Amino acid sequence: MDNQELYQKIDEIIRAHDDDKPIVAILQDIQEEYRYLPREAFDYLSKKLGVSLAKIYSIATFYENFSLSPKGKYVIKICDGTACHVRKSIPILEALRKELGLSSEKSTTDDLMYTVETVSCLGACGLAPVLTVNDKVHPAMTPEKAIELLSELK
Amino acid sequence: MNTMNNKKFMMIDGLPVAIEGEKNILDVIRKAGIELPTLCYYSVLSTYGACRMCVVEGKHGEIMASCSTPPRSGMEIKTNTPRLQKYRRMVLELMLADHCRDCTTCDKNFDCKLQDLAQRFGLKDVRFEPYSIWDDKDESSLAITRDPNKCIICGDCVRMCSEIQNVGAIDFAFRGSKMEVTTAFKMPISETNCVNCGQCAAICPTGAITVKNDTRSLWEDLYDDNTTVVAQIAPAVRVALGDEFDIPRGTNVMGKIVAALRRMGFDEVYDTATGADLTVIEEAREFIEHLENDGTLPLFTSCCPAWFRYAEINHPELYDNISSCKSPMEMLGSVLKERAKVNETGKKPKKTKVVAIMPCTAKKFEIHRDEFQYDGEPTVAHSITTIELANMIREAGLRFEEILPEAVDMPFGIASGSGMIFGVTGGVTEAVIRYVMGSAARDHLADISFTGVRGFDGLKEVKIPYKEDRELSIAIVSGLKNAENLIQAMQAGEVHYDFVEVMACEGGCIAGAGQPFVIGRAKPERSEGMYEADRLSNVKLSAENPVAEGLYANLLAGDKAHHLLHYK
Repeated sequence: MDNQELYQKIDEIIRAHDDDKPIVAILQDIQEEYRYLPREAFDYLSKKLGVSLAKIYSIATFYENFSLSPKGKYVIKICDGTACHVRKSIPILEALRKELGLSSEKSTTDDLMYTVETVSCLGACGLAPVLTVNDKVHPAMTPEKAIELLSELK
Repeated sequence: MNTMNNKKFMMIDGLPVAIEGEKNILDVIRKAGIELPTLCYYSVLSTYGACRMCVVEGKHGEIMASCSTPPRSGMEIKTNTPRLQKYRRMVLELMLADHCRDCTTCDKNFDCKLQDLAQRFGLKDVRFEPYSIWDDKDESSLAITRDPNKCIICGDCVRMCSEIQNVGAIDFAFRGSKMEVTTAFKMPISETNCVNCGQCAAICPTGAITVKNDTRSLWEDLYDDNTTVVAQIAPAVRVALGDEFDIPRGTNVMGKIVAALRRMGFDEVYDTATGADLTVIEEAREFIEHLENDGTLPLFTSCCPAWFRYAEINHPELYDNISSCKSPMEMLGSVLKERAKVNETGKKPKKTKVVAIMPCTAKKFEIHRDEFQYDGEPTVAHSITTIELANMIREAGLRFEEILPEAVDMPFGIASGSGMIFGVTGGVTEAVIRYVMGSAARDHLADISFTGVRGFDGLKEVKIPYKEDRELSIAIVSGLKNAENLIQAMQAGEVHYDFVEVMACEGGCIAGAGQPFVIGRAKPERSEGMYEADRLSNVKLSAENPVAEGLYANLLAGDKAHHLLHYK
């Protein structure tokens, strides 16, 4: 990644926020842009915000939503909230993992095409079991439908 | 209660105790003589409320952490109930479950708050399995070792590092049962902005962060017949070592240290305060030169290695402002090495190794810096802390209490009072003021001591007249957060100083991380011990130290003074 471009982007993001420099919001915006928090962003942010590197790392690792490693082009989030869970979300998760060669430790494919992760509740319990692909909601899923969805994405 | 006038009271275990501005009930309880246990509470740090050891029970059976509950008039609490006992024991048991319990080989054995509390509450059995597998020790730093297996996540080190030292090299990472204290991206600590001040190790209640132990290689040199081992003892060590041997706080045990070192096999023993005299002379000369020739001002002191590292990392723009003088330890080290070289005889001369006994952990880093090498080797071969010295004395089986005091060796056996007070915040400044005033200072020692140089305020400001028409503005800071605030104000143009003394540890070297624990305990006694050493010295001014005079006439003649005593 071109660091200069990254730094410019971070400058823009910081400028877009007001003077109190909200770290979490700034990290969210960076993640929005790059789908994860690049390592290089931390050093630059630390200097820009006057906050120690360890503190930013602390915040970034505290929240499940932040990712320190690059995510796939398609981020698939399988809801495992109560409603989805009882309507069998886990087999969907397992099917997708098996198909893509992923596990609970490894959530992104090596070609950076797919990331598979769970979320606690998407608030769409009426559509359970539900998953999202890059924030687009896919209702009433089954393992078969999920695999089919994968081939559509390709 | 009517006889108690307008005073505010609360009931602690059925007894009335006055509330006198305490910010939490913990302080009120301790004032009442009850030693409520805590692992994460220090009045100098922000309140965290994590360890839950200080819990108390209210009138209606509610359990609250006393460290984070403000006192109210009429409050009724109990500090010892069956519920509280059960609660505290459970918390301790859970902490111990996930704690490496190899106490016998731990550096903090017998000096561990967790071990203390486990003893105190009679914990004999831990019913739970450990629930986390942590990383290996981080041995990358020359000053400290981190062992995550002994961390109880109290966060004392995190708050010390960021709130007092403004460094923030370590912080919490992850959450819940995976939470740990670590560096950013789990980097080795030596690759972070850590300045080696060691205050994290000083405040750590367990062995999760400890000071590096360098005594093994030192013993080897002591046992080696082909090595002459020369010791130098820093000023602050002599008023703190006694703490380890039940000698009253602040007692100056210099003579006993000298005797003990000789028993252990040191060939020569000197006083770093003699090196401090050289520092005063060199630094004051440099200061006057900056003043007279429109040099860069303010001049910052350079003798504290943690501050030096902090400035190097965070304020490279101040490079020209920082004194070119080596620290007293390095100055005396250079002199000792140079003398050994000049006096070398025979084909295979004995090797001379200088050992520094320091209140400091950052000195362990300093001796390995490129600036402080002599003939390709560290000028000072070993830097050990006061606590390491105490351990060596015990290891040698010496009864320190019974050792008769002895004097340091000639030809460097004299140090001035100015050199002694280097060990306490404001000491360097006081010594430099004495130098700048010249011989007139001798009649004004008391006046100088009352200018504001003494005491434990984080920022002290002093104004002294210079020549007819000028007033010098001097600042003294200790604690790197205080230093940072000063630099910010200075760079914003809000303040102007001619001379700034910085000590990384709050209170100066007497509160160094190599010393027996000091926070909330021994600072006033140790500082008084330093000033007493000054009062008892027959030479008050560094420039009048005959050892210094002799050195400048011989060993340091010509440009050798600059070569040996400055790093720039």
